[in-house]
Amino acid sequence: MMQALIGYIRGIGRRTVDRVWRMGVAARFFLLVLLHSGTSFRRFHLIIREIFTAGVLSLIIILVSGLFVGMVLGLQGYETLQTYGAEESLGVLVSLSLVRELGPVVAALLFASRAGSAITAEIGLMKATEQIAAMEMMAVDPIARVVAPRFWGAVISMPLLAALFSAMGVLGGYLVGVVLIGVDAGSFWSQMQAAVDFKEDIINGVIKSVVFGIAVTIIALFEGYDAPPTAEGVSRATTRTVVTSSLAILGLDFILTAFMFRGV
Amino acid sequence: MQRATLDLWVGLFVVAGIVAVLFLALKVGNLGGYDNGATYVVKASFDNIGGLKPRAPVKSAGVVVGRVADIGFDPKSYEALVTLSLSARYSFPQDSSAAIMTSGLLGEQYIALEAGGDEKMLANGDVLKITQGAVVLENLIGQFLYNKNDSQTEQAAP
Amino acid sequence: MSDNLIEIRDLSFTYGQRLVLKGINLTARRGQVIAIMGNSGCGKTTLLRLIGGAMKPTSGSLKVDGIEMGRIDQDALYQLRRRMGMLFQFGALFTDMSVFDNVAFQLREHTDLPESMIRDLVFMKLNAVGLRGAHDLMPSELSGGMSRRVALARSIALDPMLILYDEPFAGLDPISLGVTGNLIRRLTDTLGMTSIVVTHDVQESLKMVDYVYFVSEGVIEAEGTPAEIKASQLPYVHQFVHGEENGPVPFHYPAPDYAADLGLAA
Repeated sequence: MMQALIGYIRGIGRRTVDRVWRMGVAARFFLLVLLHSGTSFRRFHLIIREIFTAGVLSLIIILVSGLFVGMVLGLQGYETLQTYGAEESLGVLVSLSLVRELGPVVAALLFASRAGSAITAEIGLMKATEQIAAMEMMAVDPIARVVAPRFWGAVISMPLLAALFSAMGVLGGYLVGVVLIGVDAGSFWSQMQAAVDFKEDIINGVIKSVVFGIAVTIIALFEGYDAPPTAEGVSRATTRTVVTSSLAILGLDFILTAFMFRGV
Repeated sequence: MQRATLDLWVGLFVVAGIVAVLFLALKVGNLGGYDNGATYVVKASFDNIGGLKPRAPVKSAGVVVGRVADIGFDPKSYEALVTLSLSARYSFPQDSSAAIMTSGLLGEQYIALEAGGDEKMLANGDVLKITQGAVVLENLIGQFLYNKNDSQTEQAAP
Repeated sequence: MSDNLIEIRDLSFTYGQRLVLKGINLTARRGQVIAIMGNSGCGKTTLLRLIGGAMKPTSGSLKVDGIEMGRIDQDALYQLRRRMGMLFQFGALFTDMSVFDNVAFQLREHTDLPESMIRDLVFMKLNAVGLRGAHDLMPSELSGGMSRRVALARSIALDPMLILYDEPFAGLDPISLGVTGNLIRRLTDTLGMTSIVVTHDVQESLKMVDYVYFVSEGVIEAEGTPAEIKASQLPYVHQFVHGEENGPVPFHYPAPDYAADLGLAA
């Protein structure tokens, strides 16, 4: 009995140490990526290529999801606001929810599962097929040549995708609220403009999406780079990327929201 | 994929993203309004600000002319010290008055600026002298009940 | 300039708790093709990685072109690697680039040559392996033998002094096998390189190499020219060259008594 308890506690301890150790390795990896970013900026087409794979290829899912989230917000918001006779505030509800929270968060979650998993799988496979080792043998640093361009490509793409998501969402809310249900278009926009502040809401939303972009990308890159070079290892790493980065997004969102909108 | 095609797609993507940010800033947010101009700051003390919050609008004749920049407490006079940031496009006489109002019955609170008749205009850092604090609903109801009691006793007296 | 490109003296290497290599002595003269042979898991790939600088020896001396690999720093290692090529077991071509871009990779990374010159150089290298016509294919469209040849073209892009081959014959059909073997010999001779081939394909490699080292259990069991190896009466070499099932390398992994495992023990 006592033995089992001690074993259990020891298990917890070992797992905690492992996690902390892994986080330390990931942090060092992050620093390494930043240190080796020079090459990617001197040869910007490397980043452009990655903006294409991370950003352009995620466009469809981001735009469609944004539109539908906005439409649902319009529909649900109208139902609730109507009870208080405040359906003119629909624009406020839709835009603030999107710009402050849903835009950055949902776009980042979608990005993690669309682009993050692809990054992990690609780098994991490059490692499994010895492409990373081959690059090292050719005196080319894989962190500078493979990892850093992907990092910057994704970090640049993320805020753009989040902004597109929010913009599509507002349009979706407009479609349902104004065009379909018939809320007054003038008060929809004017109340929205009176309530949404550029610095407090929009810039903060962009800052959030940049932070999420960094978190998702570094997790995806690290998991890929750290994956055991086997089929099973890569598939596990891909799953871990999606799970870890989703949790990281939600956790970071709470922290950032607490800092940004405290007392407002 | 060809380098040129790639560049085209990425270019389109970046332009679309920037358009989205501009749309959010100008159409959804308030950057299209007064905020992009220069502002000047005036201060006003209130005995009670009720539920006024930073960034609440400052309106004159119903038009938004500025925002509440900061709310503080004056430990000497025990009053609330509100800093207003007004658009430089609008100038107001020095004896203008500020009052805290509520839009609708339960809506958000804002500051209504009533223009005075002075020939001198408000400058940066000036203090508004005539102010009227927020009407607190509880006080109002209390007053109402008190008056009602009073009038009832008056009616009962003769 | 010493006549020996690679000199290994009393090299040992431990991986974790395991002693992988113990006291290796090996010399490769410039212009030679050297084969390192041995059964799977004997440490020959480790030896190759040590020469490439991917790992550091635990003790002993390993000199490549006079440079002691045990004390080399990152910058010097990368400088040295520009004069080294390595052919990985399955080619390790960059799957997101065309054949052309794969071969051009090092030229673009390490030189400022104009694109027209890179084009000429890449076509020369691809022609040397007979795949000039395949320059715009993607690696996924190549057969195993072809990708091995593209990888070879890629590793000779900067005209290295040394090429390391990790199992260049694994998984190839007999024709590709012969083609690859001849290519290694021809390129070594025409470009004046030195080649180290790690392999377990005895017949193919004995046809083309200058000198053979047999590694077993982390030590050099035998060495000699192909003729000497073929005539060798050492039991291990004999078993290896003739592919016999039993000999010094047993068929069975060490196990308890068979009868005992089946529960038949008296």
